[in-house]
Amino acid sequence: MGHIIETHHLSKTYGSQSAVDELSFTVEEGEIFGFLGPNGSGKTTTLLMLLGLTEPTSGWARVSGYNPTREAIKVKRIVGYIPESIGFYDDMNARENLRFIARLNNIADSASALKIEEALEGVGLKEEAEKKLGAYSRGMRQRLGIAEILIKEPRIAFLDEPTLGLDPEGTIRIIDYIQSLSRDKDMTILLSSHDLKQVQKLSHRIGIMINGRMIAVGPIETLAKERLGIDDKEISLDEVYMKYFQEGPL
Amino acid sequence: MSGIGTIVRKELADHFSSYRFIILFALIAMVSLITTYMVGIGLREELGSVAKPKFVFLMLFTSTGPLFSLVQFVAFFGPLIGLILGFDSINRERSSGTLSKLASQPIYRDAIINGKFLAGVVTISLMLLCILLVVSGLGLRLIGVVPGLEELWRIIVYLVISIFYISFWLGISILLSILFRGIATSALATLAIWIFFSFFVSMGASVVADAMVPSKEDPELFMKHIRIQRIVSLISPMQHYNDSTAVIISPMRKTTGPLVLMGPLERLSSERFKRPLALSESIYVVIPHIITLIAITFICFGVSYAVFMRQEIRSI
Repeated sequence: MGHIIETHHLSKTYGSQSAVDELSFTVEEGEIFGFLGPNGSGKTTTLLMLLGLTEPTSGWARVSGYNPTREAIKVKRIVGYIPESIGFYDDMNARENLRFIARLNNIADSASALKIEEALEGVGLKEEAEKKLGAYSRGMRQRLGIAEILIKEPRIAFLDEPTLGLDPEGTIRIIDYIQSLSRDKDMTILLSSHDLKQVQKLSHRIGIMINGRMIAVGPIETLAKERLGIDDKEISLDEVYMKYFQEGPL
Repeated sequence: MSGIGTIVRKELADHFSSYRFIILFALIAMVSLITTYMVGIGLREELGSVAKPKFVFLMLFTSTGPLFSLVQFVAFFGPLIGLILGFDSINRERSSGTLSKLASQPIYRDAIINGKFLAGVVTISLMLLCILLVVSGLGLRLIGVVPGLEELWRIIVYLVISIFYISFWLGISILLSILFRGIATSALATLAIWIFFSFFVSMGASVVADAMVPSKEDPELFMKHIRIQRIVSLISPMQHYNDSTAVIISPMRKTTGPLVLMGPLERLSSERFKRPLALSESIYVVIPHIITLIAITFICFGVSYAVFMRQEIRSI
């Protein structure tokens, strides 16, 4: 087990505003890493830099040993990304959307046909596969996003707010899928979310970002012990997070 | 390369199944057919009694019927094809969130813009080819003359120039769709540019010429007036296109300068004793215009490419 993701003093500034500030952290192969932080704290910018979609102002990042800025294609081949508001082509149906993604990933139609059916089955969209995406609800779109990951089968998945705006039932389904991606496909997952309960449920380790800085990294229990002095397996992430959020870094 | 291929395929499917394209195509097909029909009938009546002159088939494209000639129609309306195909190509993807998804797939970023441009050019070429074939077919029936090899080549050269011309406008509209986030904004901007080049440049040209040469009574001054007007109007790609296609499609024309409008019969009698230009000579006459058209098409695409590659994919 090595660091599959590693950043070193990674920074991004937009004009005079600093979005990500000297960020250094690592993610181990096979873990689910929960990315926490208020809106605008630089989580999405970090993900975009790791994907090579945004160039860092300074510092560097490695994803599976590749430099995302220089070897963007290699990185994109092994990383699946579901952005916060995932986009699909509204005038195509679910199957066509997935086939398009498969083709972009160099998967021939003959090979992808079966995969697409399996993925649709897996996320419970088989019945709606012929519907145009324009008629899809938010929950269905997020599930189709998971189906995209199932087809691409990347080694690493970046999920940016995968359950934002979903109803409780939809949220639970997405959490199940994320768990099975990690368990059955051995994917490394970087999960950014505001829903602390699900982050706690899913993540092996969490990182808390505020104003572009990572102020704490580690398993929840460790963080709780460090800051709250409580050694309790049942401690809720809400308490830990609020403590860090109010007091900032030590 | 698989990235470009996939994107071109998808864009072509989008173009050909969109109502936008169908309406546009129907409109153009209708106008060209009606124009050709009227021109063809007119030609048949006027030329029925005289021996068939050379290059009568090309007159189908250049003769102004009651409205306008086919060449004029393409010059005026062609830009709209390019603009309508491209004005929302990038910003629609951006606003629907598909651009960041496309960019996060293992394809080079330029595959996105190259694919879109290429699909547009293929669409334009197919559209023009269809129209020319249908028009030629109708023309064949109406005037009953099979075009000679020379005429065929001239039509092909005309087709190629037209494709570049319309692709230039496609490039403009893709550039605007990169620069403007709002789809309505880029649509308005493309329309504004089209109107500017098609109406205001020619108006502006005569205003400038009037200002520089106020009196036109002296024939020499009159010629100077016309020269200034032409030079100013050359800032419009439409003028370059008009000049080059006029010479390519009518072998009798030896300059791109102004000429007096005549009916087909008058034209024939005046041209009876002139030697027509060979195609290579015609091309030679207008090569500056053709090169200009090709160059601005590439420049326009190059600028879009550069801007797109530098732009942040993220929609903030």
